[in-house]
Amino acid sequence: MSATPTLHWLPEAKEWRPTLAAFRNASPKSWDDAVRLAGHNLDFIKTGALDQAVQAAFAEPPSGLVAPPVRLAMLGSATMTHLQPALRVAALRRGLHVTIYENDYGQYLQELHDSSSALHRFKPDTILIALDAWHLTAGIDASMTQAEADAAFDSVRERILAIWKLARSMGARVLHQTPLPAIPDLIGGNEQRLPGSRAAFIMRLNAALRPMADDAGVSLISLDARAATDGLHGWHDAALWHRAKQEVSPAAAPIYGELVARALAAALGRSAKCLVLDLDNTLWGGVIGDDGMDGIILGQGSALGEAFASVQDYAREQSRRGIILAVCSKNDATNALEPFEKHPEMVLRRTDIACFVANWNDKASNIRDIAKQLNIGLDSLVFLDDNPFERNLVRAELPMVAVPEVPDDPALVPRVLADAGYFEALSITPEDLERGRLYQSNLARETLRASVTDMDSYLRDLQMKLVWSRFDTTGLARTTQLINKTNQFNLTTRRYSEDEVAAVMNDPAAFGLQLRLLDRFGDNGIIGIVIGRPVADDATSVIIDTWLMSCRVLGRGVEAATLALVVSAAQKLGASRLIGEYLPTKKNGMVREHFPKLGFAALSEEPNGATRWVLDLKNCVSPSSFIEIVEA
Amino acid sequence: MTEPEVYAKITAILREVFDRDDIEATPTLAADQVEGWDSFKQVEILIAVQEEFSVKFSSRELDSLKNVGDLVNIVVSKVH
Repeated sequence: MSATPTLHWLPEAKEWRPTLAAFRNASPKSWDDAVRLAGHNLDFIKTGALDQAVQAAFAEPPSGLVAPPVRLAMLGSATMTHLQPALRVAALRRGLHVTIYENDYGQYLQELHDSSSALHRFKPDTILIALDAWHLTAGIDASMTQAEADAAFDSVRERILAIWKLARSMGARVLHQTPLPAIPDLIGGNEQRLPGSRAAFIMRLNAALRPMADDAGVSLISLDARAATDGLHGWHDAALWHRAKQEVSPAAAPIYGELVARALAAALGRSAKCLVLDLDNTLWGGVIGDDGMDGIILGQGSALGEAFASVQDYAREQSRRGIILAVCSKNDATNALEPFEKHPEMVLRRTDIACFVANWNDKASNIRDIAKQLNIGLDSLVFLDDNPFERNLVRAELPMVAVPEVPDDPALVPRVLADAGYFEALSITPEDLERGRLYQSNLARETLRASVTDMDSYLRDLQMKLVWSRFDTTGLARTTQLINKTNQFNLTTRRYSEDEVAAVMNDPAAFGLQLRLLDRFGDNGIIGIVIGRPVADDATSVIIDTWLMSCRVLGRGVEAATLALVVSAAQKLGASRLIGEYLPTKKNGMVREHFPKLGFAALSEEPNGATRWVLDLKNCVSPSSFIEIVEA
Repeated sequence: MTEPEVYAKITAILREVFDRDDIEATPTLAADQVEGWDSFKQVEILIAVQEEFSVKFSSRELDSLKNVGDLVNIVVSKVH
């Protein structure tokens, strides 16, 4: 029953009332805080409360805004007062300040005509015309002949054109919202065959409004198209229409506000210009570094593969209409590039990507560099990533970057991007259609230089807990799976059967550690495995036979915390030296420097690149990290 | 759902709508007793209640509402 459209691409508002109270009590109030609060999936009640708090502080536009403040006159036939808060909040979400004027009920035409009216004194720079279906079809009835209906239609057309002209003459940008097709049909699926049908009249008008608006330089707010997507019942409530003459239900106000604010943002050049894409589990299923070209899920052969291809297709279509595409992936560059160059099911090719960044730096730094390379503002980027950790990192570090929530099912992702309306445009230029090619030729494909951001505070905020235990029978299957699947962060890439793992479990002279990482966003599951064994001819040394970790948790200090556990396990076995071993493979280049980074000293190197490292357990100081270590 | 449960949920809705913690849904509570409870707030409350309980009020029911007690009675009759 509840078909209410929501701002489902925005993160949920947690602890909303205390957060809002903190904003209300802050002095002075920060516009940036208000913008941040607006960036949540707010229903109409929360939206109203936020608007009230923001209006109390910023009824007048503050200085230093990203775009000139907007003076918007809403001229309509139905009640729209209930839509004002959502419109202001949706504009606020984009950093825009809007002051709204609404005509007295039923007086829009008089006010337009009367140059001494409150409307004229308001001096709007934008006028939104909103005529509802009942108003537009007044006088139309089902007994009309075709000629009568056509004459009525022409007269409504002329009236709308005259209104636009009047609005234009005030020097304002003109927006027109299409009426919701809320009048029930009389004859059904071929309603247009009944000349005097009001439902058909509205359908016909909505079709005619498109070319009319194009010719007149008016931009449309397409409520009809939106309601077709969301379902009319979420937009229009017949009982409320009769009660309060609200064409748009208050429950739909947040999305209504979005539609208008997007048009304003587009008019002010504030729409997003670039879509930054993660790779693993965003553009294809699986992890290219671990699963390889044959293992990733993409394209024909499975529903999931086709769904990932549809995400790529949506991105490519966006690039063809002028949106720049970039890649930001935690991967070895060679692994990340391989599907673009060789996978037959890839829709996107390397040449579609204006800026391709695959490395092990944190994504906030990489996104900063992408903006720099492309020479566009961070606030014109949209970042698409399936991993909530990365999304939250980027939201925290770069609040000006738009980061949509990503549903687990890739089939839904194109709809999310469309619903979010980041790329709203009011026109398309020849330059838009050329842009993709332009960026490709101008860009050097240099790898990004390493850069430092203020990661510490972010990591501290994560409240990470590393929960460890010795190998046990319940975790045996998962441990074995990780040992046989992990390719990238894997120092030795030794593969063991379940029996061999069980043997470690039962060997009092060895240790096997399984590590689970929790943070305030949830449980990352088992993310690390370490096996230590005594060295055959040296009772004082323990060698790290296996050390592997999930790449999901890279860059979070897990390595250092893990080392502390390994050190203590080795000390319990009576060892005074810890030996680390690196056996190079095609896939594990990222951990070549793993041991020296943790303070191990070089011991030996083989011609094939295999290295051994040593850590003196007597004088070793555990490096600090932001992770609390807990025994399961 | 029991009547006390319905009252508790409506209390939560009223607190959110008016952004006040001292408001309590009681059978006799009505719009004229709460500052700011105008026709707009009335619509907000009704929609929030409809969504919370997954019910839909008819025009007749909307016209008959005099106080929170009426609202709860309608909700209880629909969710049972």
